[in-house]
Amino acid sequence: MEILMSIVIGALFASSVYLMLSKSLLRIIIGTGLLSHGAHLLIITMGGLKRGAAPLLGEKAASYVDPLPQALILTAIVISFGVTALFLVLAYRAYQELGTDNMDEMRGNEAND
Amino acid sequence: MSLLHLAIFSPFLMAIFVPFLYKGLKSIHTGWFVLALPILLFTYFIGFLPITRNNGTVEKSFDWIPSLGIHFTAYVDGLGLLFALLITGIGALVVLYSIFYLSKEKESLHNFYVYLLLFMGAMLGVVLSDNLITLYMFWELTSISSFLLIAYWYDRERSRYGALKSMLLTVFGGLSMLGGILLLSIMGDTFSIRELISQAGELNQHPLFLFALILILLGAFTKSAQFPFYIWLPDAMEAPTPVSAYLHSATMVKAGIYLVARLSPIFAFSSYWFWIVGAIGIFTMFWGSFNAVKQTDLKGILAFSTVSQLGLIMSLLGVGAAALHFDTLNDNIYIAAVIAAVFHLINHATFKGSLFMVVGIVDHETGTRDIRKLGGLLSFMPVTFTIAVIGAFSMAGLPPFNGFLSKEMFFTGMIQLVNLDLFNLETWGMLFPILAWIGSIFTFIYSMMFVFKTFSGKYQPEKLDKKPHEAPVGMLISPIILAFLVVLFGLFPNLLSYSLIQPAAAAIVPSLVGPGELLDVHISHWHGFNPELWMTIGVIAVGTLMYLTLSKWIKLYALFPGKVTLNALYDTSLYAAERGSYTLTKAYMNGFIRTYLVYIFAFFIGILGFTMWTRQALTIDTSNLAPIGVYEIVLVVIITAGIFTILFAKSRLTSIIALGAVGYTVSLFFVIFRAPDLALTQLVIETVSVALFLLCFYHLPKLNRHEERMGFKLGNLIISLGVGAVISLMAISAHSNKMFESIASFYVENTYKEAAGKNMVNVILVDFRGFDTLFEISVLAIAGLGIFGLIKLRLAKKGEEADEN
Repeated sequence: MEILMSIVIGALFASSVYLMLSKSLLRIIIGTGLLSHGAHLLIITMGGLKRGAAPLLGEKAASYVDPLPQALILTAIVISFGVTALFLVLAYRAYQELGTDNMDEMRGNEAND
Repeated sequence: MSLLHLAIFSPFLMAIFVPFLYKGLKSIHTGWFVLALPILLFTYFIGFLPITRNNGTVEKSFDWIPSLGIHFTAYVDGLGLLFALLITGIGALVVLYSIFYLSKEKESLHNFYVYLLLFMGAMLGVVLSDNLITLYMFWELTSISSFLLIAYWYDRERSRYGALKSMLLTVFGGLSMLGGILLLSIMGDTFSIRELISQAGELNQHPLFLFALILILLGAFTKSAQFPFYIWLPDAMEAPTPVSAYLHSATMVKAGIYLVARLSPIFAFSSYWFWIVGAIGIFTMFWGSFNAVKQTDLKGILAFSTVSQLGLIMSLLGVGAAALHFDTLNDNIYIAAVIAAVFHLINHATFKGSLFMVVGIVDHETGTRDIRKLGGLLSFMPVTFTIAVIGAFSMAGLPPFNGFLSKEMFFTGMIQLVNLDLFNLETWGMLFPILAWIGSIFTFIYSMMFVFKTFSGKYQPEKLDKKPHEAPVGMLISPIILAFLVVLFGLFPNLLSYSLIQPAAAAIVPSLVGPGELLDVHISHWHGFNPELWMTIGVIAVGTLMYLTLSKWIKLYALFPGKVTLNALYDTSLYAAERGSYTLTKAYMNGFIRTYLVYIFAFFIGILGFTMWTRQALTIDTSNLAPIGVYEIVLVVIITAGIFTILFAKSRLTSIIALGAVGYTVSLFFVIFRAPDLALTQLVIETVSVALFLLCFYHLPKLNRHEERMGFKLGNLIISLGVGAVISLMAISAHSNKMFESIASFYVENTYKEAAGKNMVNVILVDFRGFDTLFEISVLAIAGLGIFGLIKLRLAKKGEEADEN
């Protein structure tokens, strides 16, 4: 299972990098969303999969899965949401101000040269 | 930490209070407060004279970085003390002078005095450190304070240019010196100068010896403005005149001399040292005086004169190295060169200091320093004229001033070289006295120019901005004191012989001075009609003749092509370096975010892949895997389908829905992986995210691929596949190599015991890792503020537009 998950994670990363390298602003944002999914799955896979009950003491199980990756991911999910929200507004505003969503046209200001 | 250390650090401490004194007590010139410090330090250092008089030393040490062998060892011997007295003595006079030179209303005095104190402390540190690393630190600090002081009037373009030039050249030298210091420490396994001196014999045989010698001399030559590095000194004259008097003639530029003198016991036995120091010194002496004659700015004359005089002292130190090749102290004529170097060092500080102050007065009272505009000031400024005559005649080497005595000794040292049967001197040695003599003639000429072009000749009031008159008394005190010293040392040179000169000279050639012995230092005016006296008479005769016919031959200088000067070389290489680095940077920092991402990902693939390859970290361990169920396979298929849908989607709605599908699949994975909290959170967040995407995408343009070409796509594909492969391999390897025990058991055991909770994930978040959660909330808050700000920004702009309409 872990090896299968590793390949899925690799696919998520590869597609997100491909999207981030594209010229369209929207695809870049979708790419970052995929990237955080990949990262979350990576963390939980690293902790070992299905090695016991859910980390709730009420289960009274002999063993529990590693709770630490879950805590990390919980934090990460919320933060990635915040980041995505900011990106979206930023993209929206950039499009409004500059009239384009093409990254090539949003190039760093030549006037500073 | 001793009183001696405190004395070195006191200028830095004082500098802290200067801005408050300036702001708090506006009515009193800040200089008056600062003045107390150098006077105090001067009297403190005078107290060391009885100790060094008999070649005694004082040493106080405290550990700075003991693990690296770096201690702050303050060490006072004759040489260090001589410099310390110069620094504090001239420092006090310069501060006094600056009180009248810099107006308290117009100038930002707090900056000036902070920089000046910074310099004073740094310079004391240089001359009183025994540890080479400490010395280096203070050395660079003098470069920095010099930079700040040259650029004191930073709104002037020339000031900035001069400051940058001095900084680049002296820091280049400083870094070379650091290299030399490190080589020395490798050879001798210590940073202590005295310990290195004790191993001088072995160091001389070391293969790295020559490299260390050259690197250290680079540091000394750039600092002391020797040929070909002297070019920064004339441009440094943009600094306020008190600074020029203090840093760029009396003290800082002598740091290189100090270094050469201080390290002479280590290097001087080598013939390279003799030749490099001696030859560069004597040529600089000639070249500086030769160029001084064509200057029209009074400070320009003094700048080249300083270059020339520094070369003179340097050449004496180089020639003095020959002394080490004679074992007996008796009859060792080359020690005379070392003594002459020390003596001239003192004399130069006195007469050059007073001359700079004279220039400051002339500039202050007439508004110009151009000798073409000046003339006939004698009747307006009799006192200034008297000081100028004393200083300039001493510089020219005329009796009865102190410059005459040291110039005679200089000639003695150079003439003796011809008789030396060492280092093939019988062939080339003749050049030394010849260059010395020609250089002295030019010295005589520019000294006369300095006095007579300014004070005699035709008075040209129409060319002056102000009506000239004598300077205020306060401004005259310092130069009068210095001029008085010039006369005093000229008439009674033996006041200095055994109090200052002997201890300093003994520190330069310690191997020749046995315990309890003193060098024989006796300076006299009259030696009979010997070659030196005839040389001086020749200088005066030829010099007078050439000065009177100056207008006939000054045009010869125009024959030198302007494009092949060292300054032009400096300018073009600096320009080329700027252009080159700009082009280089532009080539890879092209402003496209994609380019930067490509760099990041390429390095990611390269470095991680390389490390995994070389460390053989890539292992696949299939023994400890969780079983694969039907649900998982279904989910993997869904997520893969989602990914491909996103990649090939033509419409934005499809992409958003596919992204949502991936997100929901991830939350289902969490369910299977026994993470109920994550699954719940992911579900909620995914729902909100999709809603948000839809809301925003409503306002955003259609999904546009912007005509991506095949090569562009292929490049992206390769990079993304590379990243994916590296991540997959890393994940597999990380799973297969369990290098540490999991810390999970701690949480399982202590969740209830320590925090009385049953949901481990929740307890970790709010209790064990509570601060993480706090910062997470902060991040969210910042994101929220950012979003709010972005939206508000638009509203504000719209409001403005509405107002305009």
